[in-house]
Amino acid sequence: MTASITVEGLEVVFDRFRALKGVSLEVSEGESYGLVGESGSGKSTLLRAITGLAPVSAGTVTVNGKTLGKTRDKAFYREVQMVFQDPYGSLHPRQTVDRLLQEPLAIHGIADGEKRIERALDEVGLGKGFRFRYAHQLSGGQRQRVAIARALILEPSILLLDEPTSALDASVQAEVLNLLEEVRRRRKLTFLMVSHDLAIITHMCERLMVMQNGEAVETLTASQLIGHRVSEDYTRNLLRASEGFVRA
Amino acid sequence: MSDTLLEVDDLRVTFPTRTGLVQAVRGVSFSLGRERLGIVGESGSGKSQTGRAIMGVTPPQAEVSAKKLAFDGMDLLSMSPRERRALRGSRIAMILQDPKYSLDPVMTIGRQIVETLRTHEKVSKAEARERALAMLQAVQIRDPARVFDLYPHEVSGGMGQRAMIAMMLVTGPELMIADEPTSALDVTVQLDVLKILDKLVAERGMGLIFISHDLRLVSSFCDRVVVMYAGKIVEQIKASELRDAQHPYTRGLLNCMPRIGFERHPLPVLDRKPEWAA
Amino acid sequence: MTASVVLSRREWLLSDRPASRLQARLGRAYVAWRRFSANRLALIGMLIIIALLVVAAFADVLTPYSPTVGDLKNARLLPPGAAHWFGTDDLGRDIYSRVVYGARWTLYVVILVAIIAAPIGLLVGTIAGYAGGWTDTILMRITDIFLAFPKLVLALAFVAALGPGIENAVLAIAITSWPPYARIARAETLTVRNSDYIKAVQLMGASPFRIVLRHIMPLCISSLIIRVTLDMAGIILTAAGLGFLGLGAQPPLPEWGAMIASGRRFILDQWWVAAAPGAAILIVSLGFNLLGDGLRDALDPRSGDQ
Repeated sequence: MTASITVEGLEVVFDRFRALKGVSLEVSEGESYGLVGESGSGKSTLLRAITGLAPVSAGTVTVNGKTLGKTRDKAFYREVQMVFQDPYGSLHPRQTVDRLLQEPLAIHGIADGEKRIERALDEVGLGKGFRFRYAHQLSGGQRQRVAIARALILEPSILLLDEPTSALDASVQAEVLNLLEEVRRRRKLTFLMVSHDLAIITHMCERLMVMQNGEAVETLTASQLIGHRVSEDYTRNLLRASEGFVRA
Repeated sequence: MSDTLLEVDDLRVTFPTRTGLVQAVRGVSFSLGRERLGIVGESGSGKSQTGRAIMGVTPPQAEVSAKKLAFDGMDLLSMSPRERRALRGSRIAMILQDPKYSLDPVMTIGRQIVETLRTHEKVSKAEARERALAMLQAVQIRDPARVFDLYPHEVSGGMGQRAMIAMMLVTGPELMIADEPTSALDVTVQLDVLKILDKLVAERGMGLIFISHDLRLVSSFCDRVVVMYAGKIVEQIKASELRDAQHPYTRGLLNCMPRIGFERHPLPVLDRKPEWAA
Repeated sequence: MTASVVLSRREWLLSDRPASRLQARLGRAYVAWRRFSANRLALIGMLIIIALLVVAAFADVLTPYSPTVGDLKNARLLPPGAAHWFGTDDLGRDIYSRVVYGARWTLYVVILVAIIAAPIGLLVGTIAGYAGGWTDTILMRITDIFLAFPKLVLALAFVAALGPGIENAVLAIAITSWPPYARIARAETLTVRNSDYIKAVQLMGASPFRIVLRHIMPLCISSLIIRVTLDMAGIILTAAGLGFLGLGAQPPLPEWGAMIASGRRFILDQWWVAAAPGAAILIVSLGFNLLGDGLRDALDPRSGDQ
């Protein structure tokens, strides 16, 4: 198995605040890897650092065998795409779905746009009827489907998912999670998924890393977590919290 | 549950929009004793508007009507705005989702609690301060004297929400409406806040309406659960009997969430039937 | 029959599921129009501006006399009457004809200023806002320098340097009126530059130029249009002011400001000479203001679900 993403000693500093303090991880090709933690744990910052949206001050990121420098080139974005947390904020308010999907194709000069857009919309279960709608004419779940279609249209091999369902209702969340699993299987994608919800991560991922205050707490397989075979107290706390309220 | 604290019969909340009238709440009825009642539903189910209508903080353009909306035998709808205001904060209190937006950013936490107390009760400044500090202690803030002088932006989300609870409970209300009180908090902090809320509600014998989208959390916290869909109640059930829920919507909601240790691929999804909303 | 056709066309426009690019665009425009037309004052403003356009276009047909050649012998300073609706001026020219032709010059000034100033402001503001850092500091300090002087004084200085004339007046006004647009565009840019939808485009590999031009500018344009429309009245007044001081339009051009200036000498005895162009300025300024207010309600991205 070859590594798809390798992160070594990654540090991110925002205005003297160390958001990420030397984190390392390795995601194999075709694997689904989860990052779990509470707010301020640095899990989203890690995703953003990989994409070049957060300033990296130390450490290296290697994607498909290529070690990345300070800037990302166009070829990188054809390999790695991201789905954001808030479907209400990640779609341009003045653009139709059609325009949103056309933009990546135009940037990369891809010719068979018509076909790709139709296929992408079909793939996320929206179909042609949604092509000319504006974001405000879509529900939260539909918006997130559009965001997924936009990420898939460049046919990347790696998808970064930043809490893709935390802004959605539970029933819609199930639909979106199923969709993500389906496209992953069909396209043999590598996932790096961030969530605060242990249940979602164990459902979606084979391996996961628990993070706290910008550091890795421990790395586990999903089955270790399910079997409560964890070594850190923090992880145990998270597990207990995810079981709901227990009256003393 | 002999003494009924709140009675709601056929509550309706209607909003005027560009395209006509929209009923956010369409005939909701339930009664509440000194117990913990959960109202669960997805976005747009009208659960928050139900809470707001009881509290009397519905947006002015909306219209609230009900056959009966009575708190402790008093008709809330025929009350003057002044009487309603006096009731709000002293006998009925509300906690909102995000403390950031419900605490005044330019006033220290302590002063906000003192002000709340002094608008509803005639107490001396020293006594008010005394009681505010005691209240902060009660919500398990370790150093109440320090937090008393802090501004809301200087405390964490969990601390802010505790301060909010302290502010709401300082007047000793009999009914508390909590609208997603822990949704903005981290999971571990969430449980601490719930524990405090639970303890205070039990100690003071308050009635609690807990509004949330999280069916599992609500069922672990409340005595009784009301499930809402499209502005109506589809099911009322004891929290302990939730597993035997009858309505397909309730069952679907319970089922569709991923659970640790239960591998289901793909997750069962909700097949929404139009007749649920009818 | 017709009623049902009209209704279905309306439904087609308001559809939540547009089937083509055109329908989506028209639907959006229709919603904005409905919001705009719900405001009666805005409609009045629009009617005034449409009237101004019509008058300017058909000035030849609408006027019985030449705007520049008068009848010095028989028609000096005649009061308003049947032959000369607004009276005549000191050179025996028909004031009505001059006011009608003046509409052309007013439009000329207003449109040219808008075409020059708004794009400069938009470009400077969005680039400063998106780039941040040094670029932002330098561009905004330049803007501040322009803002530090009163507009009319700065325009006066420019015209004095460039020489009097209506083209130079336009240039001077344009140069002095872009800084507020740059500020607005920058403020709008700052609110959207960190949004997820701009980040998403960055993650497509789009160049900064493309992001500013295709994703940020469209969001700034509506607030800019509103501001420019509201400023039109000010532009007309500045142009009139320059004309009044003899630095704008030169005689015998029938520019409203210059007309008031020349009527000033007789304002006590022959009030109509200054009153007619004054009223024209008042009405057109009011029209632009009402239109701008209406556009603000219709286009404001912060209002409602648009």
